[in-house]
Amino acid sequence: MGTITGALLSKPRVFRCIAIGVSAGGMHALSTIIPALPKDFPIPIVVIQHISPLSDNYTTRYLDSISRIHVKEVDEKERLRRGTVYTAPPNYHVLVEEDETFSLSVEERINFARPSVDVFFESAAEVYGDSLIGVILTGANSDGSKGLKKIKEEGGVIVVQDPQNAEVEGMPKAAIETVTPHFVLKLDELAPFFVKMAKHGRKKTELIPENI
Amino acid sequence: MINKKEFVSIDIPDFEDDFQFGWKKENEKIELDLLLEAIYQKYHYDFKDYSRAHIKRRVLYRMRISNMENLSQMQHQILYDRSFFETLLMDLSINVTEMFRDPSFYLAIRKKIIPQLKKYSFIKLWHAGCASGEEVYSMAILLKEEGLYSRTQIYATDFNTIALQKARSAIYPIDMIKDYTSNYQKAGGINSFAEYYTAKYDSVILDSTLKERIVFADHNLVTDGVFGEMNLILCRNVLIYFTRKLQNRVIKLFMESLTPSGFLCLGTKETLQFSEYAQFFSSIVEKEKIFQRKPDDNA
Ligand SMILES: C[S@@+](CC[C@H](N)C(=O)[O-])C[C@H]1O[C@@H](n2cnc3c(N)ncnc32)[C@H](O)[C@@H]1O
Repeated sequence: MGTITGALLSKPRVFRCIAIGVSAGGMHALSTIIPALPKDFPIPIVVIQHISPLSDNYTTRYLDSISRIHVKEVDEKERLRRGTVYTAPPNYHVLVEEDETFSLSVEERINFARPSVDVFFESAAEVYGDSLIGVILTGANSDGSKGLKKIKEEGGVIVVQDPQNAEVEGMPKAAIETVTPHFVLKLDELAPFFVKMAKHGRKKTELIPENI
Repeated sequence: MINKKEFVSIDIPDFEDDFQFGWKKENEKIELDLLLEAIYQKYHYDFKDYSRAHIKRRVLYRMRISNMENLSQMQHQILYDRSFFETLLMDLSINVTEMFRDPSFYLAIRKKIIPQLKKYSFIKLWHAGCASGEEVYSMAILLKEEGLYSRTQIYATDFNTIALQKARSAIYPIDMIKDYTSNYQKAGGINSFAEYYTAKYDSVILDSTLKERIVFADHNLVTDGVFGEMNLILCRNVLIYFTRKLQNRVIKLFMESLTPSGFLCLGTKETLQFSEYAQFFSSIVEKEKIFQRKPDDNA
């Protein structure tokens, strides 16, 4: 990659949600990003990670224990709040409502996955439009590509982890083949990028540099 | 300082046309409201208090694969073509289920609830939203193994008659059996799971004696009434599709259908915590969402 290194956002935007899709290799990726965020990070983050239906969601408790920001599993009808990272419960799809509360569903697996990244991304794109950031990280299948495309169509900003830098390149590669991301970033660039984007809304014009 | 040349400017649409974006969204919302109203008036299925995100997702999916331009077009089709409505009804009622889904739940039933039920000479059980019946037969197996089945009456209801038909047939695809066997074992099953089914081509048919104490019936939780004097009600993964308002209505219905000290079991991600009726229940197994109605005088 390396051709798309940054973007010019001419209009300030207040981002209201960051949606992250991740599969194989997710533990390492998330333990790099989440603990690097400040406690009061202003944009709610939703992580859709492929996990076993019988998992006890240990990852969530582990991430919470090593992070300043609060990490918790999504509860149905819970409202998205700042300073919180939400993780999808095992064996449920996650959707978001117009009033910014979560809904859950047990409908069929999508791309062999429940939770499916596409399901959340598509639903979030409908609700948040251009105030959404969609992110695809390491993983082995192609879940999330369609959803990422939808986020871009609705005006959101899309980011993909550099496949060469990903533990498993399949998912980021599939995403890039489906839709051209605004940003391709390395793992350790993601948390600073999020922080930068959180500040974006307060300025008139801003440049997002290549290596933030 | 940032040097502009270091960056490639790419096209992030600015949505200067925020106005148009909002305009389109507003129309979509009106169209969806009207569609649900049309379904209600024409066919008396009420989806108005279902999770909108879920309904929208399923409706838009049907719209796309039916090559329709918009929801107004779909509304017309709904009104004039009953079979199209039935297709959409299948989309909206998520009939996905499994045998011994959440094995730890069944284990908790065995350990914590069965000893209580053993005290009764006759047991009435209601599976609300039973879909194609896998959950009901799982419970029948469990009750059999605990020696309670012959004195149990199970009512299994759903508003989807096609799913009920499938439930009555007790025929399921064979490729699920491996998962079900593993679930059964984790759920504390004491026999070989193979004793409960006969394989035929690519299906299995469940042991017909499992059906003996089950009545399958059409019942809509939104519009139909109380089922009396139940000792145990299971309603798993149905309430997640309802708004809080509708959840409250349905929980009230369950409360009125339970005997004092009757049990209510919800799905793993469902809770009574935010219900108006929470005070009338105590939590028995927190993690498995097993509740018990408080005897009347304590309420
Ligand atoms: C996801 S399934 C749950 C199946 C099973 N209880 C389980 O947990 O595996 C949800 C079921 O609820 C039924 N349902 C949805 N709305 C209903 C209503 N208003 N009245 C009765 N059943 C309803 C659907 O038809 C579907 O079969």
